[in-house]
Amino acid sequence: MNRLWTITRKEFIHIIRDPRTLILVIILPVMMLALLGSAFANEIEHLPMAVADQSKTDASRRFVDRFSASGFFDVTYGVQSEGEIQQLMDQGLVKSGLLIPEEFGRNLSTGNPSAAQFYVDGADPLVAQTAQLAIETISQATSQEILVQQLSSGPFPMELRLPIDSHVRFLYNPNLRRMNFLIPGLIALILQVQALLLTAFAIVREREQGTLEQLIVTPLRPWELMLGKILPFILVAMVNIAMTVAVGHLWFGVEVAGSVTLLFVLSLVFLSSALGLGVLISTISRNQMQAMYMSTFIILPAVMLSGLIFPRENMPRLVYWAGYLMPVTHFLEVIRGIILKGVGINYLWQNVWPLVIFGVVVFLASVLLFHKRL
Amino acid sequence: MPLAIETSLLTKRYPSQKEGPPAIEDISLQIPEGKLFGLVGPDGAGKTSLMRILASVMEPTSGSARLIGFDLHRQAEKARNYIGYMPQAFSLYPDLTVLENIRFFADLQGVSKTRRRERVAELLDFARLTEFTARRSENLSGGMRKKLALACALIHEPKVLLLDEPTTGVDPVSRRELWHLLSKVVQQGVTVMISTPYMDEAERCHTVGILNRGHLLISGPPAELEAQLPFQVVEVKARPRRTLREVVATSQDVLAWRAVGDRLRLMVADPLAAQQRLAASLDQAGATTGILRRARPTMEDVFIHLVENRGDRA
Repeated sequence: MNRLWTITRKEFIHIIRDPRTLILVIILPVMMLALLGSAFANEIEHLPMAVADQSKTDASRRFVDRFSASGFFDVTYGVQSEGEIQQLMDQGLVKSGLLIPEEFGRNLSTGNPSAAQFYVDGADPLVAQTAQLAIETISQATSQEILVQQLSSGPFPMELRLPIDSHVRFLYNPNLRRMNFLIPGLIALILQVQALLLTAFAIVREREQGTLEQLIVTPLRPWELMLGKILPFILVAMVNIAMTVAVGHLWFGVEVAGSVTLLFVLSLVFLSSALGLGVLISTISRNQMQAMYMSTFIILPAVMLSGLIFPRENMPRLVYWAGYLMPVTHFLEVIRGIILKGVGINYLWQNVWPLVIFGVVVFLASVLLFHKRL
Repeated sequence: MPLAIETSLLTKRYPSQKEGPPAIEDISLQIPEGKLFGLVGPDGAGKTSLMRILASVMEPTSGSARLIGFDLHRQAEKARNYIGYMPQAFSLYPDLTVLENIRFFADLQGVSKTRRRERVAELLDFARLTEFTARRSENLSGGMRKKLALACALIHEPKVLLLDEPTTGVDPVSRRELWHLLSKVVQQGVTVMISTPYMDEAERCHTVGILNRGHLLISGPPAELEAQLPFQVVEVKARPRRTLREVVATSQDVLAWRAVGDRLRLMVADPLAAQQRLAASLDQAGATTGILRRARPTMEDVFIHLVENRGDRA
């Protein structure tokens, strides 16, 4: 126990003796969150739109107004032909286009179906899907309105009601703010990267520096060395989580719906396993280059498969289950559960025990794989 | 006398040495307690490999080693309580101060708080580092680093002190100081094994082992090894040097010779006769003889003799 404390204290001295690194370690995660958060802060709206209104009627103008009024589209160009719309899209000046044919107004007034042609830049599927949805919604609403109007103002006026009137109520995140979903995910990701990098060099640095040779000759036990390397960084990473959650709240307005204490306790569990993974990498690496490579190639799938960016539900089964092998996948559920849904431990338990097991396995593996020899 | 270090047929072959000779081969050594053993040999002879195995930092490929009676393979942790080890490269924490480094190793070795205070003060005084306690070890001179490393290796009062080339790359004054410290350690009854590429340092040891290309060529007290040489040594200095070389090279008496500084060292069977004949030949060749006298054989003579003889056989 004394030796564990000796190692821990030594690691603290290393941290304090290198104030530049310490500042980076404290500041960079917050800056990262601010940067990435701001980058994705804008909802998909105000897509620039080119309109070729060949009909030039009252009806067509009202139809166009509906699009600019929705907020999803900004009519930035008024052109004459389909060719011009395509040209603007090729140049990247607009993301969507609307061609209203000459007979549009006439057809409407005579009660015949009228066609309108839309163009959407499909390069970014997310933008395209949003645009498509908005176009369909706006068009349908307009059609309904015209239908109701025509029927009620016809020769035999009748009061019309839509047969199904659907209401959707969003539980959690009622305003569908993307930030509320994104920020907890970013915090989890940043902590995962941070934890891995903090300890990935812990053992291998001593190996390269030659100090490991001296440590081997002492009665130091492998578990004391491993734990002694992890403990100081748990403190550092807890500072990171406090600061990122604070920035999420103060800057991006993402409040913690659930218990902050629970959030911290479960973060501690996650960080211990993530830091342990770093130590394992450090133990099996022969030099710092290897440690760096290994951590980089663990971070990448962590980002892709954890459900941070892409929904995991759509992944092939094998990949889906592989995602569970990474602590960040579970922590994402935990942190979103607490910040977004405000749920308690009884709902999160199914994601907490894998974290505990992961931490224990990784730590035992490091201890067993560390031979007190060069 | 009980043995502090005992090895039997130690061999170390690194994974990269699948073919060719191993780093060390079949080394059997016995070093009694309280002795100062010098392991000498050129770079690449296998000194560090042997030291690392004895420090329990590395496993041998085959063979066994015991320290203070503990088998280094099965009882490494027990043996480690008695080992003080100073690796060749500086292996303390550069960002920790002198005092922090010493205390770190004291605590790891389980030196009690009360004993630690005495021992740290004692070692700082011993290594003359008392006034530098607050200095980070990265800011110490080469010699001071070695002394700090020595102090750290001694903190738990080991019975065996293993020093891997402590004097390599150290200035002459610091070298002398280190040797002075070592003699004090030996006086306290600690068994010391030191490796060095410098033959002159070997003379200071109780026993010397000569290592070359992974083989222990010979071991024994320096005086004995020197006395066992099958020749005597004559030193000669004469001008012009070219004439001297010609005379020496053609002399029937000279078995081997080499230049050391401004003179030549000649290996001869009968020094008296050789000196007379050489003096005559040099006179005849018109050279002015400065020095021509018998010299004491040195470890260097022993080493060169052994290496060249082995070379002949190979």
